[in-house]
Amino acid sequence: MTADFIPSLSKALARAWPDFGQITDAVRLSGGASQETWAIDAEVAGTAERLILRRAPGGHSSPTAVPLATEAVVIETVREAGAKVPRVRYVLKGEDGAGQGYVMDRLEGETIARKILREAEFASIRPRLAAACGQELARIHKVRTQSLSAVLTTVDGPTQLARYRAIYDSYDHPDPVFEMAFRWLEPRLKPPAQITLVHGDFRHGNLLISPEGLEAVLDWELTHLGDPLEDLGWICTRSWRFGVTARPVGGFGELSELLRAYADHGGRAFTIEDVKPWIVYGSLKWGVMCMTMYQGFRSDGSVERATIGRRASETQWDLVRMILNGEL
Amino acid sequence: MMDQPSIVELVEAVRNFLEERALPELKGHTKFHARVAANALGIVARELTEGPAAFAREAARLRALTLGDGTAAELNRLLCGMIRDGRIALDDPRLVAHLEATARDKIAIDQPGYAEPRTAQP
Repeated sequence: MTADFIPSLSKALARAWPDFGQITDAVRLSGGASQETWAIDAEVAGTAERLILRRAPGGHSSPTAVPLATEAVVIETVREAGAKVPRVRYVLKGEDGAGQGYVMDRLEGETIARKILREAEFASIRPRLAAACGQELARIHKVRTQSLSAVLTTVDGPTQLARYRAIYDSYDHPDPVFEMAFRWLEPRLKPPAQITLVHGDFRHGNLLISPEGLEAVLDWELTHLGDPLEDLGWICTRSWRFGVTARPVGGFGELSELLRAYADHGGRAFTIEDVKPWIVYGSLKWGVMCMTMYQGFRSDGSVERATIGRRASETQWDLVRMILNGEL
Repeated sequence: MMDQPSIVELVEAVRNFLEERALPELKGHTKFHARVAANALGIVARELTEGPAAFAREAARLRALTLGDGTAAELNRLLCGMIRDGRIALDDPRLVAHLEATARDKIAIDQPGYAEPRTAQP
């Protein structure tokens, strides 16, 4: 992947920051066909700065994702409200000629679940992570939504369930466990009692964690307005426990700890029963997403997408345990 | 009658080649995808070995549940319609037993070990 945008980005940063020196390194980290994430090293006022560039070269992003400029607005809004997110340093303008996107600080930490759940350096922080997630979600959900309602859509539980049912139906590959789960959820995934800002993908991979604790909440591309229970349920979804099923919150903590910290920091007093339908929904949603991966494989032949298609059965197993066996 | 090796032995031979010979010489994304490919062959080997008996059990349960006759795929579609329309209760013990057994047999092929709880880290 070529970094052909570097000259335009350098010029833009030189215009914006009087002390800007030069870009010294650019490494592509990840991203899909339409969106890129780059680690950028720059020299500003004579010192080395570690930055991240989120960029959509063609200006397009995926249909479910918010535009990058909106992502930057949301990140800055939640940061001003005290949430832990990287500081946005610059939002690309059309005349910069470097595509759509923004530059933010690159923070230190780990996002890989396997390391966070199993490596010794995280052992002392693991018991405190569930409470840290509760505190952080309370901050995010308290953000005033008036200024954001112009740029974000509202997507509540019943709307999402209907949307995923339509996607599932369109694949015409019915599965009795998924049918059972849709039917179980329809009366239980209720319209929200309050509409808040929702991160939309609050789970391992998007949580930057260091041996000192939760450093930042990343990847805001699925953010929307909706039911705060969505974020509380998604971090507890079984596939995101990475094998440590007995610890519902991300494989590291108890749901009661998450909910207590959430309420202590100004979130609503939710019960485990309130969250359970959203945990179940998380498995069903990921199951349908696995079916979507198979559709992706049919167009690009990726062996990775093909095998993720076969992860649908893990969600079916989890749905059976949660709905028919009463497990969390 | 095909000659030896059996199809399971062939798949295992390719999987071993990937894991033991190819993987150590690969790097980055290609190494990751080679590991994914080896895992995919594990699914193939297990489905070849365990699939026929599991699919026969599934078909027998589907016939008993739907009282229909047809292919397993047709009966599965029939059962899905029954669940969707509420013609079978979600707590019907025969349905519960079928969903549990089917989910267990499928995960045993796709990800053996997923169903067994791993110990939480201290």
